[in-house]
Amino acid sequence: MSEIILHAKGLNKSFGAVVAAADIDVAVPSGACIGLIGTNGAGKTTFVNMITGYLKPDSGTVEFNGRDITQLPPREITQLGICRSFQIPQLYNTLTALENLEVSFGIVSLIANKGSLFTRTERVIPGYSKTIRQLAEESLEHFGLIAYRDKVARVLPGGVRKLLDIAMAMAMRPKILLLDEPTSGVSTEEKFQIMEMVMHAVRQGNTTVLFVEHDMEIVSKHAERVLAFYEGRIIADAAPEVALKDERVVKYIVGKTHAATVGQEH
Amino acid sequence: MMLDKMTVRFGLVLLAMMALTPFIPQWALFILTITGANGLVVLGLMLFLRAGLVSFGQALFFCAGAYTTGLLALVFGLREVFVLLPLSAIVSGALAYLLGFLLAKYRAIFFGLLSLAFSMILYGLLVKTEALGSTDGFNVPAVTILGWAPESDQVRQAVLGVTSVVIIFCVAFVNHLLKSPRGLLLTAIRDNEIRAEYMGASARGTIHLIYVIAGVLSGFAGAIAAIAVGHIDPAMAFWTTSGEFIFIAILGGVGSVVAPFIGALLFGMIHSVAFSYSPNTWQAVIGLSLIFVILLLPNGLWSLVSKYKRGQP
Repeated sequence: MSEIILHAKGLNKSFGAVVAAADIDVAVPSGACIGLIGTNGAGKTTFVNMITGYLKPDSGTVEFNGRDITQLPPREITQLGICRSFQIPQLYNTLTALENLEVSFGIVSLIANKGSLFTRTERVIPGYSKTIRQLAEESLEHFGLIAYRDKVARVLPGGVRKLLDIAMAMAMRPKILLLDEPTSGVSTEEKFQIMEMVMHAVRQGNTTVLFVEHDMEIVSKHAERVLAFYEGRIIADAAPEVALKDERVVKYIVGKTHAATVGQEH
Repeated sequence: MMLDKMTVRFGLVLLAMMALTPFIPQWALFILTITGANGLVVLGLMLFLRAGLVSFGQALFFCAGAYTTGLLALVFGLREVFVLLPLSAIVSGALAYLLGFLLAKYRAIFFGLLSLAFSMILYGLLVKTEALGSTDGFNVPAVTILGWAPESDQVRQAVLGVTSVVIIFCVAFVNHLLKSPRGLLLTAIRDNEIRAEYMGASARGTIHLIYVIAGVLSGFAGAIAAIAVGHIDPAMAFWTTSGEFIFIAILGGVGSVVAPFIGALLFGMIHSVAFSYSPNTWQAVIGLSLIFVILLLPNGLWSLVSKYKRGQP
């Protein structure tokens, strides 16, 4: 069995009277691919936000490779190797797709060079054996974005924005990647294509993945384990073929129609 | 450090100007020196603008640099320009480093107004300090350049020469910074600071860094202005001085490290002409020029150069 890379222990978070996380306890083995499901407001994004440092839990801890990272700022958590994409893609809107990735690899270069003022753009990044430009071009190709290379991010279509957002998160070569609804707002045809592309890239880097998803077909296909959230609690934690047929998951999240089709997909 | 074609050309223009100083009239030498000093301050402002920030108080560091030079010359008898300039830049940079811990936390109008508040505090302190000449300020003694004390008719040539050397180094450094990953990060912070943080970058650290760099550049500029004018007073920290720097930044644009100097030169020319023809209403001429630039060239004069370059095959 793989070692535990991420361990959330007894996480609690409330916003006034609303309980967003209640006693969340999750151990994530290295290399796992976990789908987070639940209705809107169930606590999925709160969980992702607590892992990535955007929100601090009221109680409980988050451990990464045995180190307590609960109180670290997002910047330091990212530097440790936990990266994320966003429900609404967070891009540098006045820059082109290539420049967005150049900024991302530029930050990687700065970190690798310990923030030196004399870090040069055209130099090879330590540990990457390529320059910022080469890595950005390579990433565009990897995610099928080469046609949008010189297009300003502001005008990119939804699916492309999602992919660019994920490509930027992957620039850090994360150990853990958290994807917040990677296929939301994207056409049905594009959804599967995006997920295939992302999973292909992620698998090459042996990255541990946690993805928030509403489409159960995608969850069934890509997740090897499902965490089902309801009112801030995890009501099921099992393989998709088990979790998606769980009585409470069927009742509160997926509905009977989908539950009936789960077995047929596998 | 990286030197692109434009920076090299700019350096050559400055070198040519230094060679031509014996043929340039004294009044023009003075204007060129002040232009260079203003350009240095605006070079720092350009870094803020790239990161989506505006400092309304850059005169604070300009004035700190000038008073450091004045006091070192007057009180400690230091006259060597290559000692006075770096020490003034260090003092202004150190002041920026301290204030940066607070300023780097703020964005948008809060950053601008907080920087303005600090410059007005210095103005207020200097006005109330009789030992430093209060509102009258005090005269700065003549300086030496590498031990050489220029004759009165050579002073302006010599000071312009020193100014040019400082500008070449500062422009090369800022150009390197802008083309480095840190320069890319400035635009990223302007566009989406949260994303930059989630990529592992420190927006606050980067803003603190450029605050110090801008402070150092302003310190150099203040020292040059103090030496060129031979007199310093609290008005150097007044908000209108900061306003002039912003005016120059808008005039020149932020597209190149050369733009602040083009803006400063044009500002110097508008100011001189307006003042000589209309000494009581020259501010109105400056105001009209600003409106003209904002309406017709919102990205400053440098946008004309960019447009020309884009049109090139």
